[in-house]
Parts: sequence; structure tokens; C-alpha cells
Amino acid sequence: MRLSRTMAIVLRQYYLIRGSLSRVLPLLTWVGIDMVLWGFITKYLNSVSGSGINFVPRLLGAVLLWDFFIRVMQGVTMAFFEDVWSRNFLNFFATPLSITEYVTGLVLSSTATSSVGLVVMLLLATTIFGLSFFVYGLLLIPFLLVLFLFGISLGIVGSAMVLRLGPAAEWFVWPIPAVLSPFAGVFYPLATLPGWMRFCAHLLPPSYVFEGMRRILNGGAMPAMALLWGGGLAVLYVVCAGWFFARMYRQAVRTGLIARYSAESVS
Amino acid sequence: MIRHSPRTEPVNSPPVLSVAGLCKTYGGTVAVDGISFEVARNEILGLLGPNGAGKTTTISMILGVLEPTSGTIQVEGRDIAKQRSAALECTNFAAVYAPLPGNLTVYQNLRVFGMIYGVKELRSRIQALLEQFELDKFRDVKCGLLSSGEQTRVSLAKAMLNRPHLLLLDEPTASLDPATAGDIRKKIRELAAEKNCGVLWTSHNMYEVAEVCDRVLFLSHGKILLAGDPKALPGEHGKATLEELFITVAREPLTLEMG
Repeated sequence: MRLSRTMAIVLRQYYLIRGSLSRVLPLLTWVGIDMVLWGFITKYLNSVSGSGINFVPRLLGAVLLWDFFIRVMQGVTMAFFEDVWSRNFLNFFATPLSITEYVTGLVLSSTATSSVGLVVMLLLATTIFGLSFFVYGLLLIPFLLVLFLFGISLGIVGSAMVLRLGPAAEWFVWPIPAVLSPFAGVFYPLATLPGWMRFCAHLLPPSYVFEGMRRILNGGAMPAMALLWGGGLAVLYVVCAGWFFARMYRQAVRTGLIARYSAESVS
Repeated sequence: MIRHSPRTEPVNSPPVLSVAGLCKTYGGTVAVDGISFEVARNEILGLLGPNGAGKTTTISMILGVLEPTSGTIQVEGRDIAKQRSAALECTNFAAVYAPLPGNLTVYQNLRVFGMIYGVKELRSRIQALLEQFELDKFRDVKCGLLSSGEQTRVSLAKAMLNRPHLLLLDEPTASLDPATAGDIRKKIRELAAEKNCGVLWTSHNMYEVAEVCDRVLFLSHGKILLAGDPKALPGEHGKATLEELFITVAREPLTLEMG
């Protein structure tokens, strides 16, 4: 693996974002809107519930963490889609660039773009709505790491699907976070879910993060095993996602799809 | 008329490209049918044939973006199936169907691809190519805003970035005006003569092929039908020109089967 090739992928994304307002604004706008919307919802709930529960760290904190996961996933897929939209596969894959170098470039690009989103969310949530991440303590770091790794894995899987099925398969990628969110227990404890949904939830690393977050806010401690399970699953999914992308790429090379990508299939 | 430069490498030096028994089938359709050929250093080999003959399929396999059904491809002795990155480090290509991304400037595209190919002293290399291909005034223009001829020159500049030992050119002058096409042919001819580079060139312009290529292969239905010197080949098959021979290959290939 050669770093300069990976950095070429990152540099291409930097050039694209730097020169385009339509790419910069979505990095800031959606997360900003979510923070403002959910910030006011939590303030309203605090004023009417009378339960003494502070909804800011429970709901706004959860939205922030979930949005971070979405930005990480979309950071990978958006970087990949840039090559889909500009029909760049033939140019890239006919070079010495390896799949590992290419995917690592997408991941580094996503790390940069999702970090921008995270900073914007933290600024808005802490300065306007008083969200304090000190309540989560140092566990915030593994929480973010688990969500980051799971976002990376889903981003790679989504990109592999589009590589295999063609540009129109973008449609499959966008709703993935929305489909997963009921199972991940972002806003409610997993105990709320029926048995089969709880089973699915235990396969999703974010469910361990959000359960742990609520446990801490209720004054309890985060069980180390739960955190290890969440982290272990996230790492496992990243490895599986890398394997899946490589497999889809090999199939595309075997069938000739890379050379005629715009046709979407070779049959 | 371009004067062919003398070879600078010993005649017995190993080929830059060696293709052996190459086949590609899609389901029941045979696109490339057991072809074998070599490209020597300093040689420009023309790959000719009607549409659908298997030229682009062959180039895609050499570039590693299409897996052969059988056969081997070696670039400077490196098997593309086993040492893909090493083989492609000394290879490059330009094709009319693969323009560089239109949403980056000429300089940005050359920088990105220069990094991928690991080009040393990249900034000065890019500057030299911008001047060589008369692209300096388009340096900060997005490629998508250039004319098709200008985009072709950018693709050719990209193809020269890593000083390739094997250069694959799929109809490189198709969208160029005659004067520019002539300049490009001259540059590629010089590259092949001076830089130990082998070139595989496809074109439908038989005047160009006769002028530039040292040797040609005629493909038809995925097989090599004829091979030889583009100046001598028409006479050997009772034709006045290469174009006439091409038309015969396209319409009546059975009359020309190699013995």
C-alpha cells in the first residue's frame, strides 16, 4: 500500500469540496438544521413534561451521535459517488491504485467531512442549547469510535452495492440510516422493542452506544462487556465491508462492468 | 511526413508487452479468441479492425479492468493478474471514451493522477506536459469546459505523466483537427523512439496508421487475421491501400484468413 495513492483520492475530494458551495453547504446545513430543530423540541419537552428528566442530553445528545454516524456513512458514499457521477472508474482502476488504497482514501475523506459536521453540531448544541458532553465522561470517545466504524462499514457496503448494481442503485444507499434507526434504539430503550426487533438491535453496534448513553444519564455505569461487544461488532463489520467491496470489484472486473459502468449491467 | 527514428534498444531486448492465448467470452459470445502478440521497445503497434472486432476488449484486459477468460498478459515481464500494481506503474493510456473528470481543472487532474502514478518532481513534470501539449493557458480551467480536442490533449498529457514504458492509445486523435493530430502523432513517435516506450495504438484512420505504426495487427471477430508492416501489407494481399485492406477485413474476412 502506498500512501501517495491514498492521498491522491483525498486530494481529489478536497479539490471538489473547496471549489463548490453546493458541496460545502450540505456538510453544515443538515446537521445544523437537526441541532436547531431537536434543540427546540428538547427545550419544549423540558418545559412541559414536569418529570424532572433533562431531555437535552437524552434526545439532543442522541440526535447528535446518530447524525455523526450518518455523516460518516455518507462521507464514504458521497466520495464514491463523485467517481460514479464523473465516470471516473476506468481512469482510476486502470492505474496502479489498489482497492485498499482507494477505499482508504474514501474513508479518510469521510473522516475529514464528518469531523466538520461534528464540530458544527457540538458548537450549536453546546452554545445554544447547553448540551454538556461532560455528562458522558470519557466514554464519549468510544461511543464516537463505535459509531464512526459502523458508519464506515455501511458506507463501504453502500458503495459496493452501487459498484455492483450501477448508478441507479444510489437509491438503496440513502435510506439505510432511516431503516436502521428504529432498531438502534436512538430515542428509546431496547426494552421498548418487541423480541425480534431486540434481537436485530443486538446485532447493531449503535444500539450498545445508545443503551450505554441512557444508562450513564440514569446514574448507572456502562458495562464494559457491552462496550466491547459494540466495538467488536463494529470492527467485524468494517472487515466484512472491505471484503464485500473487494468481492464486488472483482466481479465487476470479471464481467466487464468497470469498463462499461454506465450500462449498469453487462447482460 | 514523420521520419521514423532508429531503434535505440538492442533487437533482442525483452518485449514491453507480451500477450499469450488471450480469450474473453461473455456467456456464449466470444469477444477475443486466443490472440497472442508482443510489443517491443520503441515499437508502435497498430491494433486495427472493424467495430466489435475486440480491440477495446483487448485494451481493457491489458489495463486490468477486465479479467480474461484465459491467457496471460505481461508488462515488462510482470503478470497483470498477479502483479497488477507493479505492471500498471509503467503503463498508461488515453482513450476517447475515458476523459478525465470534468469537475476538476487540468492541473488538479494531472496532480491527482501524478500522485497515483508516484511521479517524482510532479510539479515540474506537470508544467513540462502543459507546455508540451499547449495546455498552459487551460491550466486552471475545468476539464469539462474544454473542447473535445483540448480534452483529448489533457488525456494524452495524463498518459505521459509517468513516462510509461507501455502506452495504450485507443483512437487518440479521433477528435483532433488534422494539424493537432499531426503534432500529437509526432510527439508519440518521438516518445516511442527516445524513451524506450512501446505503444499499442488503435485507430480507424488508415492514413494515420500507415504513417505512425511500425507494425499492424488486423482483428476480426476476436482473432488476429493479418499481421505485418502497414506499408507492405496491402500489396501482399492484392490491395492498393491500407484502407482498402481494412474494408476487406471488415466485409469479407474469410478471404484473408492467415495461412
